[in-house]
Amino acid sequence: MLFIEQSKKLSFKKCISDGDLNRFGAFKHVDWIGKPFGSKVFSHKGGFIYLLAPTPELWTLVLSHRTQILYIADISFVVMYLEIVPGCVVLESGTGSGSLTTSLARAVAPSGHVYTFDFHEQRAASAREDFEKTGLNNLITVGVRDIQGEGFPEEFSGKADSVFLDLPQPWLAISSVAKMLKQDGIICSFSPCIEQVQHSCETLRSCFTDIRTFEVLLRAFEVREKKLESWENVDGCSVGSASRKRRQPSAEGCNGVESSVAPSVVVRPASEARGHTGYLTFARLQCLT
Amino acid sequence: MSINKHIEQQSKSNQENNNAQNPRVTWEGCSVLLDINDGDRLAFARLTIGSALKIGNKQCPLQSLIGCAFGSLFQVENGKEGPFLSRIPSNSEGNDLQDQGDSQTVDVSKDNRALVDNNMAQSLTEVEIEELKRQGVSGSEIVGALIANSATFDKKTSFSQEKYRLKKQKKYAPRVLLRRPFARSICETYFKKNPEKIGWLRIDSLSLLLSMANVTANSDVLVVDLLGGMLTGAVAERLGGTGSVCNTHHGVSPYPIDIVRIFNFTDEICKRIVHASLSDLSVSGEHSVESNQPEDLCNATKQSNEDVVCDTSNDHSNSMEEIRITPEDEVLPEKPTSQDKQQPRKAVQAGQKATSEIMNLWRENGFSSLIVAAPNLDAWSIVKELLPLLSFSAPFAIYHQHSEPLAACMRNLQHEKMAIGLQIIEPYMREYQVLPSRTHPHMQMSAFGGYILSGIKICPFEKN
Ligand SMILES: C[S@@+](CC[C@H](N)C(=O)[O-])C[C@H]1O[C@@H](n2cnc3c(N)ncnc32)[C@H](O)[C@@H]1O
Repeated sequence: MLFIEQSKKLSFKKCISDGDLNRFGAFKHVDWIGKPFGSKVFSHKGGFIYLLAPTPELWTLVLSHRTQILYIADISFVVMYLEIVPGCVVLESGTGSGSLTTSLARAVAPSGHVYTFDFHEQRAASAREDFEKTGLNNLITVGVRDIQGEGFPEEFSGKADSVFLDLPQPWLAISSVAKMLKQDGIICSFSPCIEQVQHSCETLRSCFTDIRTFEVLLRAFEVREKKLESWENVDGCSVGSASRKRRQPSAEGCNGVESSVAPSVVVRPASEARGHTGYLTFARLQCLT
Repeated sequence: MSINKHIEQQSKSNQENNNAQNPRVTWEGCSVLLDINDGDRLAFARLTIGSALKIGNKQCPLQSLIGCAFGSLFQVENGKEGPFLSRIPSNSEGNDLQDQGDSQTVDVSKDNRALVDNNMAQSLTEVEIEELKRQGVSGSEIVGALIANSATFDKKTSFSQEKYRLKKQKKYAPRVLLRRPFARSICETYFKKNPEKIGWLRIDSLSLLLSMANVTANSDVLVVDLLGGMLTGAVAERLGGTGSVCNTHHGVSPYPIDIVRIFNFTDEICKRIVHASLSDLSVSGEHSVESNQPEDLCNATKQSNEDVVCDTSNDHSNSMEEIRITPEDEVLPEKPTSQDKQQPRKAVQAGQKATSEIMNLWRENGFSSLIVAAPNLDAWSIVKELLPLLSFSAPFAIYHQHSEPLAACMRNLQHEKMAIGLQIIEPYMREYQVLPSRTHPHMQMSAFGGYILSGIKICPFEKN
């Protein structure tokens, strides 16, 4: 059985799903200690929350947005396409809110390492604090550096398995990335705008091959049980009344005929979705003989 | 830790393993992906002294690829003894030529109004070309000769000229790109060439499954892999020789996982890939003694018969040389002699039966997550049996090609209060052509990559 450690309470608290804590009343953290993960705990007002073991996915949902962040669709695709496996050395810039960094760390664990750089000192410090709280500080090193201006530190030359860029002008960092990568190593650059992609691709062509640009998105579905009445049981009057009543369709039509249908599970895409996050451009360091 | 120290440690442990975890150079006996003519053909192969690739109607030996860096590019040359692969500097040539649709909009100096394509333009005959080949004239020189003898070449737009040159180059001087077989390239190759075998699992769906199930080092991942081993292999790749991935099944026969052999897994990684039947996993601790038996039998077979692959019941994975990606595009069998040499070295086979020790551990701690990919089975019938085997708060992800079984499963999980954070999603992926003044989405795309139901197991309410 897993126990929640007192020292990690804060980060766990942040990972609890089902919305804003305050809405459900006050929770005493001492009550939680010793409970298995996945438990439902109650507040003095009878509100409840679930205690969940933290994962990078949950972290991405609750972290404080100091910048735009990457979400699960892009994150999972980046980790797969960069071929990150345990033991890899990965370079990243900018760190931003550390949403991607957390998943990179999960992928390189236990023996690899993520070196992430942001030129914004405060952001780097907050990210460092977060990684300490979530227990990832042994897998992640946060550095303060202007990667577009200075490139990655020389000490990483030829040592990176993959490099990820989420920078406003990624093309300025590409020649440095080429130096950092091992042979056949992979770069990914994330850019929201197509002009950035265009510019990056032109720069990439000088020493990278296999340049490919993708867009990945998710469509969520709504699932519910619904009684789909047979046509013969529904006249104009019941259609009118059904639309005024919310959700629960009347079991009887106004002509008094009993509903004969059992509810069925129906699925439809949610009406709204994130329509764009950014373009992901991947390329491989050209293999020179 | 400084980077240098880290790298040192890494390479030291690699040497200890004697088989690098993440090698970037090929070796004898390693599995490779061959990308022929810019993705026109994709083939998995094992590099041995005797292995060969069929190009046109000729066998081209693969021996020269041994010891080369992944990412190297080769061109087929005509030798006196037949074709051979010769290393050429890689280039991004051909990248600039992605689709025909936009040629008109770009080339302003010429257009193709005067072009009549009547097959009469080429004065060099097939017979003459064959003769050139026999003389050992290089493929590139033949392409040059074809261009020189084409009556219409000069009239073409530069875009069409490049297209013509590329077409001839692919035919007379095919190029072979050496690729690492990784979950990414293996999934993409099957999706392109034989999607049914991997249940139409697209690369972005696979990526999501691994993330949603929080697959990481030292986790114990329960899977139902009816995708020929694609899922099991991808999970094992992320475990990197730690934790375990258990492919579970109903009844006595484990599911085939022959795709796992395409990965270049170390013995340590292979050891972590096991199978167990649902009944073995569900049995409470006291009964576990009985489940020892089949496993001992298996070990016995292995010990007494060192150079025979230990075939766990009917997990009859054919040797990977026989794996067909498409009927026309198979990888050539090697000569039996080299195969014999290679097998005994592979001491550890992926997909053994789980030992009773590890099953006891799973019973005690629960699996850390669950991934189900059974494209033709009812999702709920699987999930209701397997969810109890997970630890509390364990995430799970269920892949299916239809939304209805996932919706029904989600409804049931809600009613039974077994999980929270339930969500059904459909991934969407679009590739772009990015070229100066010619950037747009690809004209062809995959319109469907499957559905995924994900969630987190919760503690049953009574226990509170
Ligand atoms: C959009 S955020 C990255 C978000 C991150 N990928 C995530 O998922 O949380 C971009 C970051 O790049 C940093 N940045 C911008 N220019 C930079 C430069 N020249 N060198 C280093 N970091 C830079 C910014 O400070 C910002 O934090």
